[in-house]
Amino acid sequence: MALMTRAGVMLVLLLVVTRAMAVSAIDIRDFKDPVLAERYSDITASLRCPKCDAQAIDSSNSPVAEDMRERVAFLLREGRSDQEILNYMVDRFGEFVLYNPRLDGRTWLLWALPAVLVVVGGLVLAAFVRARKNARVRALSEEERMRLDSLLNRHPKETE
Amino acid sequence: MRRRVLLLLPFLIFLVLGFFLYRGLALDPSARESALLAEKFPSFTLSTLEDPDARIDESLLRGQVSLVNVWASWCPTCKEEMPQLLELSERGVQMVGIDYKDTREHGRQFLEEFGKPFEVNIFDPDGDLGFELGVYGVPETFLVDANGIIRYKHIGYITPDDVEEVMQEVEKWR
Repeated sequence: MALMTRAGVMLVLLLVVTRAMAVSAIDIRDFKDPVLAERYSDITASLRCPKCDAQAIDSSNSPVAEDMRERVAFLLREGRSDQEILNYMVDRFGEFVLYNPRLDGRTWLLWALPAVLVVVGGLVLAAFVRARKNARVRALSEEERMRLDSLLNRHPKETE
Repeated sequence: MRRRVLLLLPFLIFLVLGFFLYRGLALDPSARESALLAEKFPSFTLSTLEDPDARIDESLLRGQVSLVNVWASWCPTCKEEMPQLLELSERGVQMVGIDYKDTREHGRQFLEEFGKPFEVNIFDPDGDLGFELGVYGVPETFLVDANGIIRYKHIGYITPDDVEEVMQEVEKWR
């Protein structure tokens, strides 16, 4: 019992420590202006780290992500707009770094597909509803009823 | 009959998805287009690895086609790349190095040990020039034409098999 409690305490400690490490890996910059701090976290969350496969620069430890975060902070303090900062990064690292790719010749399908799928889904749903409305429940004819009765009576219930 | 065709719809969707996903398997997930192709080499003013008092800038790259290789002494694959860079240099390509986020001492030691293919080494201790070039993994190699325009980029180290491809690119822009 004591052993289990000890193991439990160790596990909790381990979780706390690794959690703290994960948080300290992301440097929090002290912007005096809370609006600037907000913009900083938005921009760094929307830029993809070029070295990593699926990580924003705000949560990556790779050197290039660190450099990019530093540059974002620098440009923000310089008074550049969000769009200017995103363009600045695209000019150097390519469209790849944008988590929200721009609408252009290569990305229109990506942007249009959700809307197209909603329309297609709506049409399919409408077709189903109409088909159901048009369906009629037809009463059994005399002949059919007799056949049904004979089928039901062929296997009398076992409890009888 | 119309219902039959409709039943085939999921299968058709599967075929289309399957085609794209299958094609995706063959793509290299680390491949990125370079943002700087057909752009001017970024301007800079830095010293050389050899001489802390020297001041060089982008005009260094004017006049002939050069291969600009971003390297560092702390980068393991840069060592494996050196024989290929030496070969390119022997075949008459002007090689320019950028010693990226490195110290002079380590950079010089590296060249003593692994060879000196570079005519000049731009010393970029803070990685500022590397950032302007969009460098995210060392080594990277840029082909710059005689007008100082970037024409080709090789990400990762140049393997012995890559040498011919790089040579062809150099010939193309000469």
